[in-house]
Amino acid sequence: MMTKNNLLTIENLSVSYGGIKAVKGISLTVPEGEIVTLIGANGAGKSTILRTIAGLVKPESGKISYRGEDITGISTTSIVEKGITLVPEGRRVFPDLTVLENLKIGAYLRKDNLQDDINRVYKLFPRLQERSWQLAGTLSGGEQQMLAVGRALMSRPKLIMMDEPSLGLAPIIVNDIMNIITTVNKEEGMTILLVEQNANLALRIAHRGYVCETGRITMEGTGMELLNDENVKAAYLGKSKNK
Amino acid sequence: MTLSTLFQHILTGISLGGAYALIAIGYTMVYGILRLINFAHGDIFMMAGYFMIFAMVSLPWQIAIPLVCIITVILGVVIERVAYKPLRSAPRMSIMISAIAISYLLQNLATYLFTALPRAFPEIPFLKKIFQIGNVSSSLVTFITPILTIILVVGLMFLINHTKIGMAMRAVSKDFETAQLMGIRINNVISATFAIGSFLAAVGAILYFTDRMSVTPFSGMLPGLKCFVAAVLGGIGSIPGAMVGGFVIGLCETILVAMGYSTFSDAFTFTLLIIILLFRPTGLFGEKIIDKV
Ligand SMILES: Nc1ncnc2c1ncn2[C@@H]1O[C@H](COP(=O)(O)OP(=O)(O)OP(=O)(O)O)[C@@H](O)[C@H]1O
Ligand SMILES: [Mg+2]
Repeated sequence: MMTKNNLLTIENLSVSYGGIKAVKGISLTVPEGEIVTLIGANGAGKSTILRTIAGLVKPESGKISYRGEDITGISTTSIVEKGITLVPEGRRVFPDLTVLENLKIGAYLRKDNLQDDINRVYKLFPRLQERSWQLAGTLSGGEQQMLAVGRALMSRPKLIMMDEPSLGLAPIIVNDIMNIITTVNKEEGMTILLVEQNANLALRIAHRGYVCETGRITMEGTGMELLNDENVKAAYLGKSKNK
Repeated sequence: MTLSTLFQHILTGISLGGAYALIAIGYTMVYGILRLINFAHGDIFMMAGYFMIFAMVSLPWQIAIPLVCIITVILGVVIERVAYKPLRSAPRMSIMISAIAISYLLQNLATYLFTALPRAFPEIPFLKKIFQIGNVSSSLVTFITPILTIILVVGLMFLINHTKIGMAMRAVSKDFETAQLMGIRINNVISATFAIGSFLAAVGAILYFTDRMSVTPFSGMLPGLKCFVAAVLGGIGSIPGAMVGGFVIGLCETILVAMGYSTFSDAFTFTLLIIILLFRPTGLFGEKIIDKV
């Protein structure tokens, strides 16, 4: 019954920054309708992978396919048009646009009416509605993260990639964000590729997980498998192997 | 100085200031989006003057003016595509140097093509009509310039604050990469910025040269520098600031000339630049200058 289509497939992807390899031949798949997480330490290459999928960085070699179509090296605009969106690391809301304008710009390529989607985002994040005329730069970190997620939803993506949405947020806000991620996944069948340093949280909500170390994928499995793996526990969950 | 001559000078100053404002906006918009001082902007303005001379040879002004605007816009956009776009990820200094090179290129090209002798700027009959309000009389262009400037600035502000392309411009000016992630084609937005700046420079050139009556290949240098100072005075990046800066410099310059200090009128502008940079580097309306990441 569970023959899922792969929405995104990455084969042997390598990326360099001026001669220094940041990603060294990784492969991963993101099945439609699932939450897939990519965990790993600082500098492992997680952001680079997402930025390459989004077309911000050109890969050195390897192939990225989306619904069976080769999308390697195409422009970011075309990627967004195809239904892939990235919530970048550090939120990056537009500080001198209002909350509402930030949402509207998330739907930049759409020509239809946005009101339903704006309402939907406001329903997910009521705090944004109260602040709809506020400049995004004056929002708290948590609110900015909500806005960054809401803005990404506005393009009606099939695949949302999120780069460390929990970064620098209080645990209670992190929980809210994680709940929203599960909600859009469950209720709307949205596919999510989640990069996190907070491995514990990410693996709990993810169907599948990959562990990335210095540019390579070193482990993969279901969220549960990785949560219970001794090596993962030791390296990423802050639990000693012996106990 | 009688009251009516004072009014006369103020009117002349405001009119000159209007033309300066239109040019200054081009500097400020390009700076806002690329953090680039487009040194070639004054020379684009000069080229617009020549385009007008040649267009008026065989065309009526009603056709010549829009045609000159279009050609100037194309020139501005092509310069960006050829000389700035390839350097976008290079260090900021490279693109500045490229801008200086384009400035000299245009001056030399104009000298080569049109010689360094001043060419008479054609008269646009209706702009030259003498107009009188009370005791103050002047040609129509003097009255029209500031009014047209304000109308264009209001239109531009509307475009930037209330349209989709304007929102994209504001986004791109803050964060290229995230703007791209929204699906915005930043190359188009940057081209649009150069198009608007060049269009305003063309309008400014037609108004300015109608008053000055001749064009040389170096006609863009001093006005260009003054308008850059106007943009800095207003707070570089701010469009209303550039407009106010343009009016202030136009007025001060004219009044100094009227008072008999014409030798100092240019020096005044640059002294002003030094004073602003020393005491209020963000200008009158400028936001804090945050270096782009
Ligand atoms: N623009 C860049 N230029 C040069 N090197 C870069 C650039 N961006 C990233 N790198 C390098 O590539 C490697 C991978 O970086 P990346 O940002 O992908 O890591 P990450 O896994 O996202 O880390 P973090 O968890 O800290 O965000 C690092 O060694 C980093 O220094
Ligand atoms: Mg990262």
